[in-house]
Amino acid sequence: MSANVVDIAWRVGGPQGKGVDTAAGVFGRAAAAGGFFVFGRREYYSNIMGRHSYFDIRVATHPVAVHRNPVDILVTFETETLVRHALAVAAGGLLLHDAGAADVPIDRMVFLDPPLQEALVSHLEEAGLPPTTAGLLEAARRRGVTVLSVPYGELAEHLTSTLGASRARAERMINTVAVALSGALLQYDPELIKKGVALTFGSSPMTELNQQAVDLAYAYARETWDLEALPLRLAPRAERPVRLFLSGTQAVAMGKLAAGIAFQSYYPISPATDESVYLERHATVPTVDGGTSSVLVWQTEDELAAVATASGAALTGARSATATSGPGLSLMTEGLGWAGINEVPLVVTIYQRGGPATGLPTRSEQGDLLFAAHAGHGEFPRFVLASGDVAEAFVDAAQAFNYAERYQTVVIHLLDKTLASTLQTVDPFDTSQLSIDRGLVAEPAENGAWPGGFPRFRPTESGISPRPLLGQPGGMHWLTGAEHSEVGRVTEDPTTREQQMEKRMRKLEVAAREIPAEEKLQVYGDPDAAFTVLSWGSTKGAILEATQRLAAEGVQVRHLQIRMLWPFPAQELAPFLATAQPLVVVETNYSGQMARLLTQETGTKPDHLVVKYNGRPIAVNELLEAMRAILAGKAGPRYVIRNPFE
Amino acid sequence: MSVATVTVKDFQVDYPNDWCPGCGDFGILNALQQALAGLGLRPHEVAVFGGIGCSGKTQYYVNAYDIHTLHGRVLPYAIGAKLANPALTVIAVGGDGDGMAIGAGHFVNAGRGNLDLTYILFNNEVYGLTKGQASPTLPLGAQTKSLPEPTIQSGINPLMLAMASGYTWIGRGYAFDIRGLVRLIQQAIRHPGLAFLEVLQPCPTYNNLHTKAWFAGKDRGGLPRYAPLEPSYDPVILPGTDEATLQARMAAFIAEATRSEEPIRTGVFWENRAVPSLGERLVQRLPNYLSEPPAKKAVADGHGRPVVDLEPLLAEVAIR
Repeated sequence: MSANVVDIAWRVGGPQGKGVDTAAGVFGRAAAAGGFFVFGRREYYSNIMGRHSYFDIRVATHPVAVHRNPVDILVTFETETLVRHALAVAAGGLLLHDAGAADVPIDRMVFLDPPLQEALVSHLEEAGLPPTTAGLLEAARRRGVTVLSVPYGELAEHLTSTLGASRARAERMINTVAVALSGALLQYDPELIKKGVALTFGSSPMTELNQQAVDLAYAYARETWDLEALPLRLAPRAERPVRLFLSGTQAVAMGKLAAGIAFQSYYPISPATDESVYLERHATVPTVDGGTSSVLVWQTEDELAAVATASGAALTGARSATATSGPGLSLMTEGLGWAGINEVPLVVTIYQRGGPATGLPTRSEQGDLLFAAHAGHGEFPRFVLASGDVAEAFVDAAQAFNYAERYQTVVIHLLDKTLASTLQTVDPFDTSQLSIDRGLVAEPAENGAWPGGFPRFRPTESGISPRPLLGQPGGMHWLTGAEHSEVGRVTEDPTTREQQMEKRMRKLEVAAREIPAEEKLQVYGDPDAAFTVLSWGSTKGAILEATQRLAAEGVQVRHLQIRMLWPFPAQELAPFLATAQPLVVVETNYSGQMARLLTQETGTKPDHLVVKYNGRPIAVNELLEAMRAILAGKAGPRYVIRNPFE
Repeated sequence: MSVATVTVKDFQVDYPNDWCPGCGDFGILNALQQALAGLGLRPHEVAVFGGIGCSGKTQYYVNAYDIHTLHGRVLPYAIGAKLANPALTVIAVGGDGDGMAIGAGHFVNAGRGNLDLTYILFNNEVYGLTKGQASPTLPLGAQTKSLPEPTIQSGINPLMLAMASGYTWIGRGYAFDIRGLVRLIQQAIRHPGLAFLEVLQPCPTYNNLHTKAWFAGKDRGGLPRYAPLEPSYDPVILPGTDEATLQARMAAFIAEATRSEEPIRTGVFWENRAVPSLGERLVQRLPNYLSEPPAKKAVADGHGRPVVDLEPLLAEVAIR
């Protein structure tokens, strides 16, 4: 690695509710303030307080969109984080742990699941080390990790005596101290850590107190450790363009606001709720002409009501959406069909999590693609989009409304828990690059123009017919979940049924023809390479980086990312599939759901399916390993990425 | 164009009706059309949402914006439309199975909002369209003619559930007391909050217990089994009503809503004007809610570009 290239992976862990997220936010913003690209990955339990959570912040001189193992710096405050992550620290890395913590045998740690306990114990036994926390620290030292004992208790007392902070406040500020110690160990500019504090705490009085804690931590580090002897450095970059640092849920919410969302319904569910809460907090925003613009965010009693209220609002002309995850989509299914047969423009944002049933509520999985593509009894047109990163989440969230209104049907926007909680630096969103397509809205005449009812569902060549909005004079028609005539009258007439079915389904054929290829499919890496990786959604970052790493080694890879999964872009894929050798599909689910769609729609089967279904996203090193195994001819048709330590 | 007077004809539709002869739905439909015309509403200003079942076809026969929703979901669809376009007059209609069974969660939660719409529950105690199974309002032990055994579950009292849920206007009518029903529907629509009107209704095909003749008291010399609340009954709660009065009115409500003696009371059981409507609450939250409601929100400029200025939001997450 050249001297100018920086790529540091930093991990902090601790009990949920103790400030791990805040610490990661401070470190990430401090790094971003120094001009670095930053990627953050959050892992947490379905629990309010106490269970283990951790946050990876990756800091680099190049754009990063994925986490990696091993990490370079591990910050721990207590035994559980130490035990779970000590093995994840790279040779030459740093490990901070509580100097006051007792040595605990791993088999006494009831908070660890048995498979992890066994994996840790056997690892230490093989190394001839005791199966305890001391053994893990010794293993780290032998691996070339610098283990630093931090007297957190004394430092907290110091915060109390020096800054006058209460004991409780001092204990919370230990997070900031640990971030600052990390900065000091990297010899990073303390002013930038303080900037990270200010950006995180805002105008609260906590900012100043925490900034004082930063100084105190830097002083402690300089007094205590020989910083010059430590291997890692982080020097601020000369160029520091303005970037955003935000999560996937925030990006989706901003995309919806930019698109003019007027109504959002939701029922609380992990990991989707953050988006709706953000929208409600930012319900009124300014307009470019100095006015204001609002979105009505409506919390319903369940997801059945969420999809129904959003549909009811859409009928009046409001750009309407709802957001949920897999279990909510299960309940919304009936409403998708209703919107489909009534040609209602409806955006449904899905943050996939581990399923089925309650599954892994706070872990990630690309498990709902086939469900999204098929959800609902009977047949109706729908779109399924999937974003690959935070920037795409913004654009797709806005674009979803255009598809919904242009084609007057349901648009499902798929994301996942990984993207929901990813924090990433991106270039500032440019709303002037977005366009708005409201589709065909009728301008009915005054009363009496359409004595038999407005022909809302009159078949047309495109299948799209003008849509009057509830309340418009002269636009009256009937809407029904039953099959209907062109004015919306219930009918079971065979000919009308055929006409209406064909009218609705024709919209998808038209969409497949008129939507530009680049909105459906993106090509990265070497477009002429035979080695082809096909993906959708949040695996994008890992594949992009693995592709770049292999290219640096002289191996050319072509990466195709499908953005529109339904209608499936079979035609756009065809030339690539014809020349793919081998064809590799990467997904974070068990069965390769996109690979199944691919085979169904193109007849092509991938040569290799790389999957991970432990609920955690694929790390770049894991994917590289898989791709190298494929290149070496050592991978079978199914390659499962496993990692017991996540 | 001169503004013509609205008549009941304006709300009528020439469309074949497939209810059974003698169905109570006819009385309710007739009353609804008269009520809407009598209020001077123009058809396009009205949206009638229906559930699933025979009652859910009511809006087929009303000249207005008519939306036939899903089983049990009539309230959420209606709520979405009313929230997005507060200028609409929104009526939701549905049966006792639709509202008290599959849609009961929506019925209860709708009460929390006090949104200005009217929900008319057609209560005939059976699932007619699926051929007469027991509905959640059929009393324990009753055996209508399709039932192989008397029902083994108790019936729900819709008025009590409405009260517990927070409905601010609660009434009950009878399907063939059309004059009374017109008045009740009009009062419900005029009420500036969430109104619930239960309409007792014979099902001539499947409910052989509570028939038109039974309601009319044919078996007891023509003394009807329904009668208006006594003139002394006062359902009104005003802003500032003291706690003792409130408690007394609630006690009277419970007594009338649950009385087992005949006659069954009809009329306005509850009219709470002390609770702000949801629209008023939303205006506090979203200052331009009424001037630019979701249905009328400006989204794009003349060039198809977004009109929203995201700058303050971007600034919150910008690293400068």
